[in-house]
Amino acid sequence: MAEPATATQAAAPAVALLKDELDIVIPTIRNLDFLEMWRPFFQPYHLIIVQDGDPSKTIKVPEGFDYELYNRNDINRILGPKASCISFKDSACRCFGYMVSKKKYIFTIDDDCFVAKDPSGKAINALEQHIKNLLSPSTPFFFNTLYDPYREGADFVRGYPFSLREGVPTAVSHGLWLNIPDYDAPTQLVKPLERNTRYVDAVLTIPKGTLFPMCGMNLAFNRQLIGQAMYFGLMGDGQPIGRYDDMWAGWCTKVICDHLGLGVKTGLPYIYHSKASNPFVNLRKEYKGIYWQEEIIPFFQQAALPKDCTTVQKCYIELAKQVKEKLSKVDPYFDKLADAMVTWIEAWDELNPTGAAVPNGKAK
Amino acid sequence: MRTPPCLLSLTLDSAVLNLSNITDLSPLPDHILIELFLRTLRAGKLTERVLKLFIATGKDEVFSLIQALNIQVTVNPVLPTRALNFDLTSFMNVWRPIFSRFHLTIVKDPDLKEELKIPEGFNLDVYKEPDIDRVVGTSTSIIFSGYACRYFGYLVSRKKYIISMDDDCLPAKDNKGFLVDAVAQHITNLTTPATPFFFNTLYDHFTEGADFVRGYPFSLRNGVTCALSCGLWHNLADFDAPTQALKPEERNSLYVDAVLTVPARTLMPISGINIAFNRDLVGPALLPCFRLATEGKFRWETMEDIWSGMCVKVICDHLGLGVKTGLPYVWRNDRGDAIASLRKEWEGVKMMEEAVPFFQSVRLPQEATTAEDCVIEVANAVKEKLGSKDPVFAHTAKAMLDWVKLWKSVGGSSSSPGA
Repeated sequence: MAEPATATQAAAPAVALLKDELDIVIPTIRNLDFLEMWRPFFQPYHLIIVQDGDPSKTIKVPEGFDYELYNRNDINRILGPKASCISFKDSACRCFGYMVSKKKYIFTIDDDCFVAKDPSGKAINALEQHIKNLLSPSTPFFFNTLYDPYREGADFVRGYPFSLREGVPTAVSHGLWLNIPDYDAPTQLVKPLERNTRYVDAVLTIPKGTLFPMCGMNLAFNRQLIGQAMYFGLMGDGQPIGRYDDMWAGWCTKVICDHLGLGVKTGLPYIYHSKASNPFVNLRKEYKGIYWQEEIIPFFQQAALPKDCTTVQKCYIELAKQVKEKLSKVDPYFDKLADAMVTWIEAWDELNPTGAAVPNGKAK
Repeated sequence: MRTPPCLLSLTLDSAVLNLSNITDLSPLPDHILIELFLRTLRAGKLTERVLKLFIATGKDEVFSLIQALNIQVTVNPVLPTRALNFDLTSFMNVWRPIFSRFHLTIVKDPDLKEELKIPEGFNLDVYKEPDIDRVVGTSTSIIFSGYACRYFGYLVSRKKYIISMDDDCLPAKDNKGFLVDAVAQHITNLTTPATPFFFNTLYDHFTEGADFVRGYPFSLRNGVTCALSCGLWHNLADFDAPTQALKPEERNSLYVDAVLTVPARTLMPISGINIAFNRDLVGPALLPCFRLATEGKFRWETMEDIWSGMCVKVICDHLGLGVKTGLPYVWRNDRGDAIASLRKEWEGVKMMEEAVPFFQSVRLPQEATTAEDCVIEVANAVKEKLGSKDPVFAHTAKAMLDWVKLWKSVGGSSSSPGA
């Protein structure tokens, strides 16, 4: 399990599920060579490439893919002054892709993530597994000890209340990584050689009221249900912090999902993460985050949304208000971030007019 | 060229490997006994049973070694046996390499009329109806019938850790085909911290090759003491009767190679088939108080462990202790006809619908700092909030208060305050 699958091993599925309802969002600053390996699984789908860094550079997309590509100039042109909420020189810029998509589902993946193998040696179609996760319910109100009861061969165990067996809609599917695990800089420095070779054959719902670190490397979500909460914050160039984009989105998303009765799953699928970033560079980016986290986590753990917040937008605006009220004292950065969160919602509503005033799940 | 090991050395090594089959060490000459002791120790095979074998030889040198090395053993597997299975021979033999290292407590279901058949070579206590009557009185002993007989074992044990296993469980195989040492895994779970306040996406970071992921707050990385370890089942998973009846062919073969902490304030069905716990911390919280009117002799006809499990989880959450779930797996034998069980009125389902919202909302006062205090608080809350909904709940509340009294008088010293 310590090697990725080779291109020839990956076989295209007979049916590409949700082919016209899902966009694959990929942030990149270098190249998209990794797509060659994913071709059998990704080719039926539409790609949204968000090119970070120097807009004058041309990113070549491999032949045969249907895509739209946005660089910084495009982002500035489309959003105007609101473009300030989209990060520059950080993969957080990917959330622009979520905003501009017109599909119901999003799958996002980093350009250093390849196809992994399961213990039998078979190439893992990560996208297919994410879709299965999103299309089956979640069970956040009571923990099932045999994990996802909707999977083939599993079920609810004795003692699981029958009234809770229908589950709730799944908003997020959080996948994992073999080989280079998603560690923070201090852990990377202490254990530079540690590799994740353990294939845990489970999908499970993260219970209501519990926060988790959401990694954006291998993530899928129902854009219609939760898209507006997937703002990846202000990171990178000109910002005091980096590598907390997906974390921030994850905490906001989880609080809102818990409030609206939506589910978040984690576990399968695995991808093969090939590149270990430089831990010293990471440390500089994460440094403030490591301290701020200690304030941010209690903030999210205690965040309560009023009953009249019945849509994701309302929840998110309310959260932004609370961030401004409670976290500005930690650092003025949070003041800016709270403003950016509002800008994000405004930009989203501008680009997605029908979604604005309609409650969850009924848009389009 | 290295001299090959002498015959004596080879014999000693072989003896160390076969300790589970040795029942008497007294014929050994002193110097060989000491050498065997040291090799056993070095091999990590000095278990309670083996220790007793050495002590039984009566040799002074062995005693001084034990004293000098300050050897203690703290684990205690408790095995309940229910009616329908008086012949424990195959069960005990198949677990011998793992169980023979420990002191075993076997509790015989008072409703089981046949004599138990137990193979030789184990260090154990067997409790039957007369013993139970003697310890708790005949009027109280009624609570220990059926699967609930295991709670008697918990009550009389004086060890720190208890591992409890149904007698229709065998060692399972892991995904590499090796037999799983369920006891060792439970002990690992109980002796490494749990992390109930924030979910780690790579699961239990105390397993090899895993750690806390990016974004996991550093202040929460120490974790808390783990009080309960819940294992899983291959083959016949712990499903309820309707599920089993609907899917009679379904067998669980998935080996999910993970242990994870069940987050605080999240409830789960805690099955009594394969669990382990820290008796010092939560002993009294595992209680035989919830008895269905139609409770039967198959696991899917009971809810006693589910009720007990929710009490334990609520109490652990209150005391800041952790509950882990996942490995180890055991292999559970096929037995019983789920459809036959369905003919009984399925009152357990109805009860759960009331019980779950209660447990989700119950809050214990800060002054409750021990497991006993917490059980009393929960019992009072059950009486107040659920007593009127069904007489079973009112009866359970009283049984819980009686249980705490029983625990205080028979169960030894009161449990330590939560971490």
